[in-house]
Amino acid sequence: MKFLRDSLDKAKHSFEKGGKYHKYFYLFEALDTFTYSPNTVTPATGAQIRDAVDLKRLMMTVVIAMIPSLAFGIYNVGYQYALATGQQLAMGDMIVTGLIKVLPIIIVAYAAGGLVEAVFAVFRKHPINEGFLVTGMLIPLVMPPDIPLWQVAVASIFAVVIAKEAFGGTGMNILNVALTARAFLYFAYPLQISGEVWTHLPKGAETVAGYSGATPLAVAYEASASGESVVQALNAFGSGWANDLYSFSNMFFGFMPGSIGETSTLMCLIGGLILVATGVGSWKIIVSVFAGAYGMGAFLNLVAVNEFMAMPAYYHLVIGGLAFGAVFMATDPVTAAQTETGKWVYGILIGILTVLIRVFNPAYPEGIMLAILFMNVMAPLIDYMVVNANKKRRLKRATV
Amino acid sequence: MGKFIRLKKGFDINLAGKATPKIASIEQPETFAVKPTDFHGIYMPKVVVQQGDNVKAGTVLFHDKKHENIVFTAPVSGEVVEIKRGEKRKLLEVKILADKQVEYVQFDKYSVSDITNLTREKAQEQLLKSGVWVNLVQRPFGIVADPAEKPKAIFISAFDSSPLGADFNILFKGQEQFFQVGVDILKKFTAGVIHVNVHSEREISPVFSQVKGAELNKFSGPHPSGCVGVQIHHLDPINKGDIIWTISPAGVIQVGKLFLNGVYDASKVVAVAGSEVKEPQYYQTYSGACVGRFLNNNLKQEHVRVVSGNVLTGTNIGKDGYLGHFDHVVSVIPEGDYFEFLGWIKPTASKLSFHRAFGLFSFLTGKKEFVLDSNTRGELRAFVQTGVLERVTPMDILPTYLLKSILAEDYDEMEALGIYEVIEEDLALCEFVDVSKHNVQAIIREGIDLMLNS
Repeated sequence: MKFLRDSLDKAKHSFEKGGKYHKYFYLFEALDTFTYSPNTVTPATGAQIRDAVDLKRLMMTVVIAMIPSLAFGIYNVGYQYALATGQQLAMGDMIVTGLIKVLPIIIVAYAAGGLVEAVFAVFRKHPINEGFLVTGMLIPLVMPPDIPLWQVAVASIFAVVIAKEAFGGTGMNILNVALTARAFLYFAYPLQISGEVWTHLPKGAETVAGYSGATPLAVAYEASASGESVVQALNAFGSGWANDLYSFSNMFFGFMPGSIGETSTLMCLIGGLILVATGVGSWKIIVSVFAGAYGMGAFLNLVAVNEFMAMPAYYHLVIGGLAFGAVFMATDPVTAAQTETGKWVYGILIGILTVLIRVFNPAYPEGIMLAILFMNVMAPLIDYMVVNANKKRRLKRATV
Repeated sequence: MGKFIRLKKGFDINLAGKATPKIASIEQPETFAVKPTDFHGIYMPKVVVQQGDNVKAGTVLFHDKKHENIVFTAPVSGEVVEIKRGEKRKLLEVKILADKQVEYVQFDKYSVSDITNLTREKAQEQLLKSGVWVNLVQRPFGIVADPAEKPKAIFISAFDSSPLGADFNILFKGQEQFFQVGVDILKKFTAGVIHVNVHSEREISPVFSQVKGAELNKFSGPHPSGCVGVQIHHLDPINKGDIIWTISPAGVIQVGKLFLNGVYDASKVVAVAGSEVKEPQYYQTYSGACVGRFLNNNLKQEHVRVVSGNVLTGTNIGKDGYLGHFDHVVSVIPEGDYFEFLGWIKPTASKLSFHRAFGLFSFLTGKKEFVLDSNTRGELRAFVQTGVLERVTPMDILPTYLLKSILAEDYDEMEALGIYEVIEEDLALCEFVDVSKHNVQAIIREGIDLMLNS
């Protein structure tokens, strides 16, 4: 290992001020600090010791929390492919099918976004932001498996430039970067990311008789439009080629079409558990998103005038990307509300908005993406009110 | 009657090398120094002695240029051997080569009954000219107290909750009478209450439990419960325009000795502690002592950082540095200037963390004592993680927002968010736990300086 350290030390000179490659200092620094944590010491006055945590470890914890969702997603891509084409595939084959689809998306997302990071680090002279460790993994997980790779690249670049670097980098951004990537695709290339695109089907592949790629939300909406019970329609869906595809338990475990990483509520909950246990993600936000969605669903049940409104509230928690959004997107500390009271308000409103968008706005069947982006924008306002309350308490004290 | 305040937020850093409760006798250090940098809010200290002058304990060394009556005096008698200046001739240290036997400047001596009838003016005059005055710290901002002010209360924190904190039972053993007289004198300066704050789960020294004329409040909870700023926040918060004075028990005892014995007695007990000290224990010495003598043949290794004060708020003084005026602990930790392969992700249970992010297992280790070094454990980043600083700040203050208002130099925001209520030490834990590695205390002082000069 000494050899590696020595060569890094040797190379360092040419990247430092006055060196041949000083322009690329922050690229070198990223390499250096990712291999060795730096030898910097605390200043002469102040805290002489520091906590073992740093942003790299924090971000890596989030990536680790996403691994269950990713692993299941890879398997599920193959599984859904087998269902749709009526093939009997072995577990290994399904995983290989999934890997072939998913790995390139991950690589492209990391490469495209990483390139932008590097370019900005060089020109804006700031360190490479670890935030990209998370964004680069989140983007693939919210993509449909058949998304063209160039679209992944374009979306990643757009999101990192517009949603993050334009504001000054990680910590300064207003919108969640990964969701911005998805929203960008949603509005720029709706064909590839809405409708029946959620199952991996190669061009010209034969589907089984009766196959339909409709999502649970689309099924629910259609059932509601024709006055059928949503739960019955969901239970009946897929009969013949994929029995119980949209049964409650199937949707909870995630054996259904959807974005790569977001189908399984269970895996999201495991990820959420990791985030909460490590203290990296705010449990207040996760709980309040679920509570908001359930509460709104229950309220709609009470005043239901159509079948979608009458769908049992707990269904809202397993269909679509609510769980994934609640656990991995809403908890982004930079774009969420930053005060503890604010986090409750922020989460509950995300839950409520998600259900409202789902039930009342058929143009956007999945509400969580827009709900979170909207609340990202509103979060500073929530914080403003919480901070103002703090100031007022202080002022009030002065007058009594 | 005193109050009982239960604090939950905060974090106790359990470091290896706690001082064993005994006072070692050792030959006194040769040199002592007075450092104006230990004090805030003094303006261009003017030195009035010259190199080679002989001084007694209590002889004026330098004074504040704006308030000439605020003087800084020699802790021991001897010869002024060096007047050390830094950049732009900023005064750093006035060094004294100590006599074997300390000689004192004689100030007025009072009996206990005289003290009752002493006026504030008389008391103030004696405190000022002896140099004992500078023990009084004024909030907001933690500056040397302004003699023209009438504080609404005076606060004395009577326990040390910081890492490797000293045991006040040892530090102030047998000083009951001086502490009482000190409190009696201080009572002349405020129409309000003198608060003496102790920890509910620690043995309370009779020095504090028997004191009359002051309110004895109990606190519970982890560090920073011992920080006087936190205590003020819960007992008598500082609003705009309020003035509160704080003083350490050592300062109160010095006040008592000044009036009972008529001398500036700078003797104090210090703890020399830390993982790199062979025999961590207490020593009897004087303010401003050169710490070299305590570390001679007493270090486990040479690559260490010697800190005057505790590891959260102290100053790196080096092996031959001088004890800070307000410090009663010398902490010695390993220097952390090394690279660590994949240190950012390697699982570890030997590095302490307030967090539980991947691979940080220190929270599982219970009461284990940690050896922590001066490595920053990561690089400076923008604020990302939220809610952490709040969890170690047992006050109704939003540290992140306060820090951001300081960085933005927004005076109104700083004021509204509570800059009057904090000094560095109150938010020192924030600096330790911060994921983004900001120098929180430096930022706070920057904010205070902005407010002072506005």
